[in-house]
Amino acid sequence: MIHAEILGIGSYAPEAVMSNVDLEKIVETSDEWIQSRTGIVNRHISEGENTSDLSVKAALAALKDAGMEAEELDMILLATTSPDHLSPSTAALVQKKIGAKNAVAMDVSAGCTGFIYLLDLARNLIASGSYQKILVIGAEVLSKHIDWTDRNTCILFGDGAGAAIISKSERNGIQDTNIYTDGDMNDLIVIPTKSVKNPLGAIEAEYHALAMKGQDVFKFATKVVTKSLKEIMKAHELTNDDIRWVVPHQANKRIIDFAASKLKMDPEKFYMNLDEYGNTSAASIPLALSEMKQKGLLVKGDKILLVGFGAGLTWGTALIEW
Amino acid sequence: MIEKLKEILVEELDVEMEAVTLEAKFKEDLEADSLDMMQLVMEIEEEFEIEVETEELATILTVGDLVAYIEKKQA
Repeated sequence: MIHAEILGIGSYAPEAVMSNVDLEKIVETSDEWIQSRTGIVNRHISEGENTSDLSVKAALAALKDAGMEAEELDMILLATTSPDHLSPSTAALVQKKIGAKNAVAMDVSAGCTGFIYLLDLARNLIASGSYQKILVIGAEVLSKHIDWTDRNTCILFGDGAGAAIISKSERNGIQDTNIYTDGDMNDLIVIPTKSVKNPLGAIEAEYHALAMKGQDVFKFATKVVTKSLKEIMKAHELTNDDIRWVVPHQANKRIIDFAASKLKMDPEKFYMNLDEYGNTSAASIPLALSEMKQKGLLVKGDKILLVGFGAGLTWGTALIEW
Repeated sequence: MIEKLKEILVEELDVEMEAVTLEAKFKEDLEADSLDMMQLVMEIEEEFEIEVETEELATILTVGDLVAYIEKKQA
C-alpha cells in the first residue's frame, strides 16, 4: 500500500479587511446581528487580485514549507467556485505562474467541500502509483459573485486561498478520506452563470449573484457534520478523546457549536478562524490548517479530523495523523 | 406531547419553563432567531417523527402554532 502525507502547507488572504462595521455602511445590518448569527467579525476582500493570484501565493508558501521546487510537482488540483475564467482552468494559470511545467493541472468544482474532494483524489491517485507529488489548492474570490446589496449573503463570505503539497510517503499521514454528493438539494446554494441564449433559443434570465437558502443549509450542514464525523470515528475505532483537532469548513459558528454539542465533543477542539476570514468556501480548511501550523498547534502524531460541506450538496471528511 | 415540547423549548432556546406558554411568540418573547428555529425543528423532527417544511416555518409564530402544527402532522 502506497501512503500519502501532507508535506507542506501555505495560505494567503488579500490584505484589505472589511469589518462588520464597514458593512453597516453598505447594507442595513449591525455588528451585533452578524456576530450573534454567524461568529464573523472581519473578512478579507480582494482589491483586484483574482483567484489564480491568491492561489499562486498560497502555493508558493506551501512549496517553501515542503522545501520543494515547483518542477517536482506532477499534478495540480484546484478547487474553486470562483475561477478566473470558465476556461481555461485556474489550475492552468497557476501552473504557468509558479513554473510547474511537469504538472498536469485541472479544476474541481465541489463547493465548500472542494478541499476535501482534492484530498480524496490526491490520496487515491498517489495510491494508484500514477502520481507522486500533487499540489492541492482551495481558492476563492467569492466577492466577485456576491450581491453587495443583499444583506443576507454579503456579510458571510470572504476571499482567500490555501494550498498543500500531498506526497507519496512511507508514513500513513492521510489515513482516510470520504466524500459524498446529494444532487437532490442542488438548489440550496447556487452561483449561476449564463443562460442559454443563441439564434435557436433564448431563455431570458438575468445574471444573478450567489443565492443561498440559509435555514435549509444550516439544517443540512449540522446533520452531515455530525453524521460524517461519527462515521469516520467509528470506522477507525476512535473516541472524542483520541482526536486532537477537528478542522471544519468555516461557514458559521452556530453550525459548529450545534454539531459539537450533538457529538458531545469539547467545542475547543474545533479550530475556528471565521471571525477573521468569514466563509472562504473551498479555501477555508487549508487556510485554517496553515494558520494552525504557523501557530505551532499541529504536533506530529496528532490525530486531526477535517470536515467540509457545501454546494452540490457535497460533504466529506478526512482523518490525518500529523 | 406538550410537556415534551416544552422541555425541548427550554433546552434549545435557553428559556425558563414559565416563559413557555401557548401564547409566547418565538421571536419577540423567546428571542429565537432563524437558526434557533432550525435547531428546534431538528429536535422536533427527531422527537415526534415528523418532517417540518422550512417554508411552513414562517407561519409558525407562537408556541401554540407549533403545537397545532405538530398535531396536524401526527394526525
